[in-house]
Amino acid sequence: MKASVGQEAIEQKGWLGAHKYLLLRRLSQIGILSLFLLGPLYSIWIIKGNLSSSLLLDVVPMTDPFMLLQAFAAGHIPELTAILGALIVLAFYFIFGGRFFCSWVCPVNIITDSAHWLRRKLKIRTSTKLSRKTRFWVLAMSLVLPVLLGTMAWELINPVSMLHRGIIFGMGLGWIVILGIFLFDLLLVEHGWCGHICPLGAFYNLVGRYSPIKVSAYQREKCDKCMDCFTVCPEPEVLKMPLFGENKGFGPMISSADCTNCARCIDVCSQDVFKITTRLPIKAEVKQ
Amino acid sequence: MTADNIRKPRTISRRQFITDAGRGVCGSSLLGLGLAGYAKQSQSLSAQCLRPPGALAEEDFLAACVRCGLCVEACPYDTLKLGRMFEPVTTGTPYFDASLIPCEMCEDIPCQTACPTGAISPELESINDAKMGVAVLIDRETCLNVQGLRCDICHRVCPLIDEAITLELERNTRTGHHAMFIPTVHSDVCTGCGKCEHACPLEEAAIKILPREIAKGELGHHYRWGWIEKDNAGGSLIDEVLDLPDRLPDGGSL
Repeated sequence: MKASVGQEAIEQKGWLGAHKYLLLRRLSQIGILSLFLLGPLYSIWIIKGNLSSSLLLDVVPMTDPFMLLQAFAAGHIPELTAILGALIVLAFYFIFGGRFFCSWVCPVNIITDSAHWLRRKLKIRTSTKLSRKTRFWVLAMSLVLPVLLGTMAWELINPVSMLHRGIIFGMGLGWIVILGIFLFDLLLVEHGWCGHICPLGAFYNLVGRYSPIKVSAYQREKCDKCMDCFTVCPEPEVLKMPLFGENKGFGPMISSADCTNCARCIDVCSQDVFKITTRLPIKAEVKQ
Repeated sequence: MTADNIRKPRTISRRQFITDAGRGVCGSSLLGLGLAGYAKQSQSLSAQCLRPPGALAEEDFLAACVRCGLCVEACPYDTLKLGRMFEPVTTGTPYFDASLIPCEMCEDIPCQTACPTGAISPELESINDAKMGVAVLIDRETCLNVQGLRCDICHRVCPLIDEAITLELERNTRTGHHAMFIPTVHSDVCTGCGKCEHACPLEEAAIKILPREIAKGELGHHYRWGWIEKDNAGGSLIDEVLDLPDRLPDGGSL
C-alpha cells in the first residue's frame, strides 16, 4: 500500500477536487443533524423529531421504515401518519439508492469512517473475518424478536437511532455503545459495523436493489490499478466486477445494492474512471 | 491484488450454504437471546416513570412507540423526557417524573397530536380522562393534614379539585376536639398528572403518583356489592330475612 491514498488524485484535481464528495457527504450528515438541532436549541422548527420519525415544516411526516416494520412485527398497527411517513422515506431511498442513507444521512457513518481513517493512519492490518451476510441475519433477528416478545428489542441497543436521538435529546450512557462501535471498527473488524452487522444497512440494501442512481466505472479502460478506490471503499467487493470484469461480460455499473453511493471512489480516482449515473440510459446503451 | 487474479463470483455449494446458514442462525440466535433477556427486563416500567397522557398500556406502548421524541418536543412545559440507556425506562421512550415536572394537562394535548404512530392513543378525547397513573396518599405518618394541620396543598393544586382529591373530615383523637382534613384521592377521576406530588411540601412527598397497576386493587370478577345490587334492583334481592328461633341455654326461647 502506498503512503498516502488518493495522492495522485489530489495532484491531479487539487485537494478540494479529490475530496468533493467526502465534503458534500459530511455537509449533508452534519447539515441534517443541525436542522434537527435548530428546534431544541434555538426554537427554529424546520424539522421536529429525529430520524426514527419526524415532521418537516409541520407538514411532511417521515418515518424510518425499518422502525415501523419492527412496530408491525411487535403487533402494533400504526396510525396513518407513520405509514405515510415510511412510504415517503422508502420512495426517497428507492430513488437515491437504498444505502444512500448509510453514507449521506446516518450519523454513525462519521464514527465508523473516523475509525477506518484512524485504522489506515495507524496501519492496523488485522481484521477478524466476519461474513458480510451477517447483517441480514441480524436484520432477521431484529424482526423476529418483536414477534416473539411484543417489543422492539433491537431498538434497545440500536446505535443508529440511539446516536441521532442522543445528540438531540441527550445521550446518557449511550456513548458507551458508540465508543464500542468505534473500537470494534478500529481494532477488530475493518468496516465492521456498517459493512457487516448493521441491520438498517441490510434493510436499505433491500430497498435499493433496483435504485436508478448508481456509480459507474464508465471509463474503466483508463484504470491504472492503483487500488486507491478499493482502499477507501466501505464495500470493496462491489468494485471488482465493474472495474475488472469486462472480459467476463460485466458492465461498468456498480450494480450491487451493497454500494452506498458514497462516491468516495470518484474522489480518489486520478483517472476519472467513475461517475454518478443512472441505470436507465446505460441499459439503453446496452440495447443499442 | 490485480485484475488477473480476480476470481469468478463463487457459486455456493450446498455444504457451504448450510454451514453459512448454520453460523448465521446460531450467531443471531445467541445475540437475540441476550437481547430478549434485556428486553424482558426493560418491559416493566419503573414506578417513578409515568407515560404521557393517552399512552397505550405499557406492553402495547413498547410495541408502538418509535422513539422519535415528537411528543417531547411538543410538550410546552418540558415535562416529557426520552429515556436514556441504563435509565429505568426503555431506551428512547417518553416518560416524566412527576416529582420533577408534573403534567400540566394541556387541553389540546399536544403530545398526543404529535405522536405519529398512535402509541399515545388518539382515542383520548379530553385530558381530564387521562390515566397516567393515580395519586396515592402513600405515607399517612408524615402527611401534615393527617397530623391535624391544615396544609391542604395537594388538594388546592389539583386541577380537578374536589373531584380527584377531596378533603374528608375525621375526628382528631389526639386533641380530642379538632377535625382532621384527610386528602382523599378518587381514582376514577384522578389523571395522575402529578401536581400534588410535585407540590407536597415535605422533603419527600407523602402523596405520590403510582402506576395504576400498582396502586389499584381489583375485585374478583364474580364479586358483587350487596348494597349496590340492592339499589339497582330497587329493593332487597332476598324476599325476607329468615327468622330462626333464638335458643336460650335453659332450653326456652325469646
